[in-house]
Amino acid sequence: MLKWFRRKKEEAPGTQPERAPEKAPLSEPVISQPQQETKKNLWQKFKDGLSKTRERLKDSLGELFEIDRLVDQAFLEELEEILITADIGIETVNRLLEPSRKKILTGEPLKVSELRRSLREEMLQMLTVPTPPFPPEASPAVIFFIGVNGVGKTTTLAKVAWHLKNRGFSVLAIAADTFRAAAIEQLETWGNRVGIEVIKQAPGADPGAVVYQGLQAAKARGTEVVLVDTAGRLHTKYNLMEELKKMVRVADKVIPGAPHENILVLDATTGQNAVNQAKLFGEAVKLHSLIITKMDGTAKGGIAVTVAHLFKLPIRFVGLGEKMEDLAPFEPKAFVDALLP
Amino acid sequence: MFENLSERLEGVFQRLRGKGKLTKDDVERGLREVRLALLEADVNYRVVKNFVDRVRERALGAEVLESLTPAQQLIKIVHEELIRTLGETPAPLDLGGSRPVPILLVGLQGSGKTTTAAKLALFLRKKGHRPYLVPADVYRPAAIDQLKTLAERVGVPVYDTDPTDNPVEIAKKALAEAKALGRDVAIIDTAGRLHIDEAMMTEAAAIKETVSPREVLLVADAMTGQDAVNIAKSFHEKVGLTGVILTKVEGDARGGAALSIREVTGCPIKFIGTGEKLEALEVFYPDRLASRILGMGDVLTLIEKAQEAFDLKKARELQEKLRRREFTLEDLREQIKQMRKLGSMQEVFSLLPGIGKKIKEMPFDEKELVRMEAIINSMTRQERLNPRIINASRKRRIARGSGTTVQEVNKLLKSYEEMRKLLKKARGPRGLERLARRLLQAF
Repeated sequence: MLKWFRRKKEEAPGTQPERAPEKAPLSEPVISQPQQETKKNLWQKFKDGLSKTRERLKDSLGELFEIDRLVDQAFLEELEEILITADIGIETVNRLLEPSRKKILTGEPLKVSELRRSLREEMLQMLTVPTPPFPPEASPAVIFFIGVNGVGKTTTLAKVAWHLKNRGFSVLAIAADTFRAAAIEQLETWGNRVGIEVIKQAPGADPGAVVYQGLQAAKARGTEVVLVDTAGRLHTKYNLMEELKKMVRVADKVIPGAPHENILVLDATTGQNAVNQAKLFGEAVKLHSLIITKMDGTAKGGIAVTVAHLFKLPIRFVGLGEKMEDLAPFEPKAFVDALLP
Repeated sequence: MFENLSERLEGVFQRLRGKGKLTKDDVERGLREVRLALLEADVNYRVVKNFVDRVRERALGAEVLESLTPAQQLIKIVHEELIRTLGETPAPLDLGGSRPVPILLVGLQGSGKTTTAAKLALFLRKKGHRPYLVPADVYRPAAIDQLKTLAERVGVPVYDTDPTDNPVEIAKKALAEAKALGRDVAIIDTAGRLHIDEAMMTEAAAIKETVSPREVLLVADAMTGQDAVNIAKSFHEKVGLTGVILTKVEGDARGGAALSIREVTGCPIKFIGTGEKLEALEVFYPDRLASRILGMGDVLTLIEKAQEAFDLKKARELQEKLRRREFTLEDLREQIKQMRKLGSMQEVFSLLPGIGKKIKEMPFDEKELVRMEAIINSMTRQERLNPRIINASRKRRIARGSGTTVQEVNKLLKSYEEMRKLLKKARGPRGLERLARRLLQAF
């Protein structure tokens, strides 16, 4: 496997990587052989990270679900604390626990194992949203990376580029963050590491113009996937949201139907504000999916459940570190299991 | 930030206010809302619990139940407890010791360390210090370039970091360089690190060991959720903090992280980052924030901001003119200039008491101010002093000169006329709000 990666890495940047003959069909199963390996390793890493959190939680909270006893008030309170400290949000937590609370009040016996099962199912249900294939079926498929400042848009873009490149796609990145100092250099460095071309203009240039130029280039070159790095913006800033809308309009002008996917990048450490972010970004431009970053810390990213559910957005990937291979496809079951001790 | 918390609490207290006397149940109901509001604001579960317990203890004592104005009394307790949790008094930077005084910035990835480093440098420079910036993030691509660019923008010298050096060496060499250059404060921008990354935390501790900074500031995102306590605790235990800078406060995050971090570390919040502009760093005042949380506005901060941005002499002149009701287009231009120095209008309005959410959410194009200024600049002095003489032909000329349209010139003149009328009426607190609303609609 290592050899395979090395071979891919050594390809000169800019040369069109040959479309891997074994390139998977766009629907399931999407992962080609070497990818499966990485996925497994990464997934292990994800689980390891999560189990660390679990151990820590167990220390402080006792093994809540360990003994199958009857649920009582104290148990529910403890469970509430666990769910709230996972950032699921008080509203969702109340909704999740409401049926159990009722049962307790009416004196109906409820076993811990039953409660766990129903909670797990309920949360999986919340995460079950239609998930179209990735990357979207269009040529070029234009994907915008959107989010507030500091969530990791640029790093995530690089990781996704690496992921797509390994699946045999030709990938091009557009440096449309012309605002933050050295953002363009940051993406360029990543571009060199991953081995993809980065279309850029001078700092301070109109991001719409950069998108225009980048998409023209992609069209001319017959690139399959175009990843657009947008500047971080707080969703409450009217002007910056207008700028984002304009970039989307420009994309649609160059390639009708573009962008085909707008990914909202969310930081796992973010609390309830993620809901506002999804709401306001979603009002400005159509959102298609989520990526949750920084899942390698102790934050459990519970808000993702609420956001995915409220806005019917599939979670594409989770970010697990600073290297380009630290990206794992989202697995609802493992995610929910990590949230529930 | 905190608006939502304010609104919630206001709602609770509104309902209580009507009551002559509170029962234990009333207090409990009120506390439940306080708890809910705090949890929604991302204050950590345990911190909320302690907070509510403290309020309950006092509220159920004689203080509230026997008071004639129980709701007021309860608000007072919540206010006091908020201040107590946030810290009683503002904590200034400790810049004692031998020069250059090192300040270390640490935090998670994406919390805003690099931007904050530049903001802090500008803040100190304005206060008469001679700061020096040290980029010590050799991991994130282009992080060094980012700080170098920002350093140039704020007019502060920056250490020429060799990206192949290790951060401990960089800090040591940079400090020697700062000394040689006669700088008095050295702000060290470290790489973002996860609080559970042992190797990186050890590195941060090693940098601290080497440079013995007076201040180790945790840069934390105001949008942080429940995990804020774990992050703050780890950094405090493994590196040792002296204070906190809360960033991205200008969004709509409810900022509960501030309470959580303060409660678990005991470290004061020293500054808040309030915008993308490099001037957008403010000293943190616990009492003012507590007032803001409870919807009492924050006029003090506004006055300070204004004092910094406004030319006092010009302001006095304007005041005199307003009194005599001679508000000309030249005065408007002066106002626009000063307003632009003050920061975004929405920021300014958010500090005014009693100005509701509606205004804050109104779209406001800051570039409009630039256009308005251009239009006024394209007028003759005579036109500015006596806008009645501006006829159709003059309007066409002004539009051409300012690169706008006649409609826009008309709009400006109409806004000016309305503003003039309003200023005459703007007396008392309601007048202020009307004026603010009017101003926003005018643009």
